[in-house]
Amino acid sequence: MYKVLKATFITIWSLFVLFPIMWAITTSFKPESAVVNGATFIPFLEFQPSLIGWKAILPGAYGLSRFTYGWKNYSNADIIFFFVSQRIMPPVVLAIPFFLLLKELKLLDTHLGLILVLTSGLMPIVVWLMVDFFNALPREIDEMAMLEGCNPIQAFFRTILPLSKPGLTVAGMFCVIFGWNDVFFALTLTATKVLTLPVAVIALNGTVTPYWILAASTVFSIIPLVGLAFVIERFLSRGNLGGAVR
Amino acid sequence: MKKGYPRFFLLPGLILLIAIIIFPLLFTIRVTFSSWNVSQTGLNFIGGENWAEMARDTRYWGSMLRLFYLSFLTVAIQYALGFAIALFAWKGIAARRFFRVLWLIPMMTTPSLMAIIWRSIFTEDIGALNGLLSRVGLNPVNWLTESGPANIAITIVEVWQWTPFMFLILLAGLLSLPKEPFMAAAIDGASAWKTFARVTFPMMAPISIGAIMIRLIDASKIFDSVFTMTRGGPGNATETPAAYIFQRSLQDFQIAYGSTLALMYLILAILTLTIIGKVFARLSKPRGI
Repeated sequence: MYKVLKATFITIWSLFVLFPIMWAITTSFKPESAVVNGATFIPFLEFQPSLIGWKAILPGAYGLSRFTYGWKNYSNADIIFFFVSQRIMPPVVLAIPFFLLLKELKLLDTHLGLILVLTSGLMPIVVWLMVDFFNALPREIDEMAMLEGCNPIQAFFRTILPLSKPGLTVAGMFCVIFGWNDVFFALTLTATKVLTLPVAVIALNGTVTPYWILAASTVFSIIPLVGLAFVIERFLSRGNLGGAVR
Repeated sequence: MKKGYPRFFLLPGLILLIAIIIFPLLFTIRVTFSSWNVSQTGLNFIGGENWAEMARDTRYWGSMLRLFYLSFLTVAIQYALGFAIALFAWKGIAARRFFRVLWLIPMMTTPSLMAIIWRSIFTEDIGALNGLLSRVGLNPVNWLTESGPANIAITIVEVWQWTPFMFLILLAGLLSLPKEPFMAAAIDGASAWKTFARVTFPMMAPISIGAIMIRLIDASKIFDSVFTMTRGGPGNATETPAAYIFQRSLQDFQIAYGSTLALMYLILAILTLTIIGKVFARLSKPRGI
């Protein structure tokens, strides 16, 4: 009885998870025989600028994770909370000053402007994850490094940094997911030049674009991130994510 | 020797934080006392007029109430479902790794794009869902043009999108639990249900609270799904504060009034989430977990 219930639950949930994705994929393939004007290829044109925009976000995210290392030895719960609490901030609160600020600095609709803004949104996630990873590393490691004659900065870059690669990868992946998926800032702070992929697709949505083109472009923008699900699962199995939740 | 270094490590992050969050926030506070809009740009001083107007704005407070209902409901459902599938993916089923990947996928997809797909599923005339309903012999539902079903549609999308996040955190927590208590329970001959109620669930309490708080924080910012699926409609039956403020400030360019609404939104969010956090902390402590 319990087994039947369990199997039913798992089946229904898996179908529910898959349904929209399958629907998107099938819709995107449906019209290929029916449509003759080649409009299905529009997504490729839209893909180009967004890819550039996305590449530009990555160094921002990684550069940022570097900034937050300092918490390890000197960690102070209040400061961490101060950082993490920024996540409570609804993006709409900051959208207006950011818009005006970037307009003044002539950074509206540029890569740099969007990178700066997205960085602020990603910082709390990185702090939240990395503090736990650093805490999991034994303190003896940096003490050893200092005995060998490193100053704290060297100790950090030479020993702690290489050792926290798994943590860096996880934090980086979360940054990629959230950076890639952000629509709000990309929608408000860009116009034509540095559209990110989601915004480009939403712009298609606003016009009379047929569903299959929408579906095709959606599938395109989702594929790269679905690959990350496998990476995250690998980290889970090795128990490397355990530190991230304590 | 040690003295200067902590500051060195702190500084880059702190400077970034101040430049990118504190400064704009102070600017927002100043803007709320001006009348910055399309015709009148720049900072002047008009006192508390914006705040008074906000107090009378029923559309704003309506969207706020809706946000409370939407975020608490969706997070509760996400927690229950997420915990259940995390338990299964922990040790309950065969082909665990396959199911873990499968169940993580929605989290990886872009919310606003999936909302487009969901909209096409919910579309009344040619959508997949009404097609399914009619095949089973049920009446079609006006998913996007009637206020009740529209809110249900938003709830379904939110649950689909974010249960995997809850699942991920809870599963990571389950995998990091020590094994000894479970052995002890097995030796004492506890049933599966008792083991869950007396061992697994209490041991998961801190992680559960963390996961719920993170999701509540994110749910308090619901925007993507609403904006893409219904634009707040029908009427403003599904409008959340984020969507309303976006429209007022960045589409109608009532920058000062929009800032006022946004600031109030922030204050309410911080207050509510702090209270909930305190309540959770008190609930979990006396039992000595």
